[in-house]
This record gives sequence, C-alpha cells and structure tokens, in this order.
Amino acid sequence: MERYVPENTEAYDPIDGRHPLILGEQSFSAVTEAVCRPTETRTPKAWWVLFAVSITMLAWFGVAIGYLFWEGVGIWGLMIPVGWAWDITNFVFWVGIGHAGTLISAILFLFRQKWRTSINRFAEAMTIFAVMCALTFPGIHVGRVWLAYYLFPIPNQMSVWPNFRSPLLWDVFAVSIYGTVSLLFWYTGLIPDLATLRDRAKHRAGKVLYGVVALGWRGSNRHWLNYEKAYLLLAGLSTPLVLSVHSIVSFDFAVSVLPGWHTTIFPPYFVAGAIFSGFAMVITLMVIARWAFNLEHIVTIRHFENMAKIILVTGMMVGYAYGMEFFISWYSGNPYEQFAFVNRAFGPYAWAYWTMISCNVLSPQIFWFKKARTSIPILFVMSIFVNIGMWFERFVIIVTSLHRDFLPSSWDYFSPTFWDISCLVGSFGLFFTMFCLFVRFLPIVAMAEVKTVLPGANPHGAHAHGGGR
Amino acid sequence: MTAHPVRLIGVLAEFETTHGLFSACEKVRDAGFANWDAHSPFPVHGLEKAMGLSRSKVGWVTLVCGLSGAAGGMVLQWWASAVAQPLVIAGKPFFSWPAFVPITFEIGVLFGALGAVFGMLHFNRLPRFHHPLFAVHAFERVTDDRFFISIDADDPKFRGEETVKWLVDMGATIHRVEEAA
Repeated sequence: MERYVPENTEAYDPIDGRHPLILGEQSFSAVTEAVCRPTETRTPKAWWVLFAVSITMLAWFGVAIGYLFWEGVGIWGLMIPVGWAWDITNFVFWVGIGHAGTLISAILFLFRQKWRTSINRFAEAMTIFAVMCALTFPGIHVGRVWLAYYLFPIPNQMSVWPNFRSPLLWDVFAVSIYGTVSLLFWYTGLIPDLATLRDRAKHRAGKVLYGVVALGWRGSNRHWLNYEKAYLLLAGLSTPLVLSVHSIVSFDFAVSVLPGWHTTIFPPYFVAGAIFSGFAMVITLMVIARWAFNLEHIVTIRHFENMAKIILVTGMMVGYAYGMEFFISWYSGNPYEQFAFVNRAFGPYAWAYWTMISCNVLSPQIFWFKKARTSIPILFVMSIFVNIGMWFERFVIIVTSLHRDFLPSSWDYFSPTFWDISCLVGSFGLFFTMFCLFVRFLPIVAMAEVKTVLPGANPHGAHAHGGGR
Repeated sequence: MTAHPVRLIGVLAEFETTHGLFSACEKVRDAGFANWDAHSPFPVHGLEKAMGLSRSKVGWVTLVCGLSGAAGGMVLQWWASAVAQPLVIAGKPFFSWPAFVPITFEIGVLFGALGAVFGMLHFNRLPRFHHPLFAVHAFERVTDDRFFISIDADDPKFRGEETVKWLVDMGATIHRVEEAA
C-alpha cells in the first residue's frame, strides 16, 4: 500500500465546520485495514531487532533483581543518609509516565475531545506497561523482599496489620488499584477491536485466541448501550483516580518533615509533572509507531500539535512549582528550608538541578511556535528532553533533600553503582518488551472509536447516504 | 442450501450505511417487534432511541459496588487499627478517620470499576462464544463496516417471507440464520 501523503489538511466538515480528525480515504473498512495490517502481516525484521534488544535488557533486569535479592540493597549506591535514590526515582518516574494514558483516555473523553480516539489505545497501553515498571521498584527496594506481603492487609500468623495512617501504605493501594483499573479500562476498550481481529483472522489459532478474549462480542446495540455506559463510568472513575494517585505518591514526601519534601504544592505539582512526562512519552513512542505502521492519516500532525500544547501548559505548571518552592522556602523564614533549596540549585547536585530546569522549563518553550509543534523531528527530540528532565526532577527531589541530613557529620554524596544503572536500563527493557508485543498482536488504534468520528458514522449527517464505503 | 434439515432461527438484514440502519430500526421498533437487535461496528449515535431501548442499568451496579467498596474499605481500616491491633501512632486516636480517606476512596474506585465492567458483561450476557449469528458468513463484517438488524423467528410479529420482503423494501440484503434441526 502506498504511503499516505497528507494534502487535504485544510478540508473541513460542512456540518460542524471543523477539520476532519482522520485524513485520507475516510471509510470504515480503510480504518480497519490500516489498523489491523500490522498484526496480520509477516513480522518485520526491524521488529525482531527491537524485540531482541528489549528482551535482552529485560533479561538483564532479571539478573539485576536476582543479584539484589541475593545480596541486598547494598549493591546499589544507597547509604546513610541517602536511603532512597534511583529506586524511588525510577518508581515515581514510571508512575508519572503512565498518567498521560489515563488522562487521554478518561479526562479528554469526559471533555468530549474527539481527537483522543486516534491515540488513546496506544497511550493506555503505555500506562499499563509503565505501571508494571513502577510497581517493580517499591517491590524490590524493601530490604527483605520476602516480607513484602506485610504491605497488604491480609491476616497473618502474627496478627500484624499495616499502618493505615502511613502515606507509604496509601501508595501501595493507590498504585496497585490504579494499575488494576487502567487494565480494566484498557481491556474494556479493546473488546470490540479484538472482535474485529477475530472476524478477520485467517488461521484457526488466531480465531480461537482472539475469539476467547473478544468474549463473543457481536456489535449488538443492546450491548453497545451497556458498554458505552460502562466505558463512561470507567472514565469518570479513572479521572479522580489518576489525580489521586500522583497526589498520594507526592504524600510519600510531603507528609514527612524533611526540608525539601515538606511542601504543600507537591500534590498538584506532581500531577502536572506526571501529565507532562506522560505526554512526552506518548510522543516519543507514537512518532516511531506511526511511521513504522503507516498510520500518518489516523494519527495526524494535529494530534501531535495538541499534545505539544499540553506539554507546553504542563511544562509551565512545573516551572511555576519550581519557582513557588523557592518562594515559599524564603517566605517561610525557616533557615533549614532555605538552605535545602539554595543547596538544591547551587550545591553538589546543581548539575542535576539545572539539567532539570533546562529540559522541563526552558526547552518546551519552543512549542510557542507552530512550526515546532508541527515538526516531527523537533517533537521527537523535545519529548526525549522532557523524559530526561522529568527523571532528573524526581532524582533532584529525592536525593538533594536526603544527602544533607539534619546532622552535618552525616552529609554525603550519592553516586550510582553499576546495579543502579542496570535496574533503570532493565526497567526500560520491560517497558519496551511489553510494547513490542502490544504493537505486534493487538490493534494499536481504537478502531471502533475512530470510526465514530468519521463522517459516515452520523446517521443524520451529510455523508450518511452512502458514506459507509 | 444444504441437504440436511435446518431450522430457521431468524433473519439478518444487512445495511450499508448508518442512515439505512437508523431508519430501518425506527420501522422495526414501530412495527412492535420484541426479539430483535441491531448490530454495528461502533455505537451509532442515537440508535438506542430508534430502537426504543431504555437506559442502561450499569450505572446503578457501579454506584452500589463503589459505595460498598468504600464502606468496606473504611470498615477494614477501622477494624484493623481500632479493634484487631490498636496501636498509638503519633498520639492519634485509634479511629483517626481522616487518615483513612485516601484508601477508602481508592477501594471505592476499585469496586466501582469492577462493578462497571462485570455489570456490563452481566447485562450483555457475555462472554458467550456460541451464537447462531456467527454462522452467517456475511456477519463477519459487523466488526468492520457493515450494519445489521437481526429479527428472531420466534418473535410474535415475525411473518416469515412477509417480514423478509418488508426488510428488502427498506434496502436491506437478507441472510437467513439457520441451525441444524
């Protein structure tokens, strides 16, 4: 099939006067064809290369975790006073990445932002894989992992119950429930598309496997009625959930009394940062997937432009939060708080702080220009910058606050070890392995939803008479 | 047609456009059919009115599940912190409920979401892997780009060939849904 070259970007719908969300041939079967093809054709060589690299990184993650369990958290650069470093940085980083997925699928759905339909499936998958990576880190960083079940409120032989007043326990509930609800939301959205794959499957194995997961979906409108209600409710439930999750993650810090962490702006600031980094990751992955699978007409430049605008807005929100942290530490008159922040910007970790500022606050400013918002190379490079910057944001918050203890004799400088780096790289291996499997075997665009924004979908529209084909 | 004896389960009317499906649904609804359904690759806006369907009950299930989940979460925390293992932490009362709000909320959302998904599956009688419609070859396009109305032969208003002709007049292509007798 010929690669689609966008030319009718200025065309608009005569009914509502808006530009079409999908370009090119606007028929239902063209959407099915474009989305299903990657799962039905022979596996491309490039996929095998990416998959081999990812799964090697994942295997190394296994080795790193195995050695960690054998030897203990001492193999990382952790020491006193820096008892949390890359482990929790990676955790907060990955939870944050997930947020764009839920934001696109839930909040934009409630706001009737129809442009989300082309990217929501992809972003939701990203959420689930990111939460998987995130859940690994609190799981493995507790020194005695075989006692990790203490975190769950299950009756045990000592009648010991978790302390429900601890934000660390709130976190266990928040992140695991977030993962579960995201999975339910994603799977519910997948059911009609899995039925499409089932109906198109040529081989018995595909028919049976897709048939089982499609649950016998047959497009009944009595079913669609309940389905759409359930989907709306899931979006409604996910919206406060996604806002609560990163707020609760921020409570892990904010509820403590440590200078640099004890900050009331943390909940909204963490949520904004999460959305910021999540959208950047969606762009990073989408640029590659859209090119690899010829989806240029379904995921259009307009989708990227909208995401770039959200990155610009949330980037300025985190910039505001960085500034406000300094203002409040000065305004509070607390000398320890003031020291923590001056030390953050000009102390031994100044390099990390200014990396964060340049990547998160300065670099997104380029998105004021439409040329930058609509240029794929600039979007791609910026999205990588934002991801780096947001990883450093979590690192800066965690390590700069910890490395200056209340007792100056315990002050120390944290350096990562080989195993710290292995765990970070390995978690990317897990993320990309899952993603490779996802793009190969599942529809990466929500077909049933994209079809609802095509002109022929409206039974009363101008195109309805014969627009189906 | 096969040589084996077959039993007519119903008829399946195929339409090419959402408009055709919509107006046909209004006619089938007005004719008073009871055991019938419309099938489409995506939810067609407003079709539930053209079919005369009442509102989905999934919302009630979600509400009840969500509220019971939240209540259960609060009870769990009260019981663990004030009854099973009362510990003084930071001088707070055993039942320091504001600290229990985050987990109460999270469990409420979890149960609500489970209620929405499983409630939806329950009302839709899914999963159901065998259905007579799956035997119709043309029905495979229901998840691609075609729109269908299925009318069961056991519907009191079903009049065999008369109903088929009526559907053909609406512009439909007719497929018979049969199974071995």
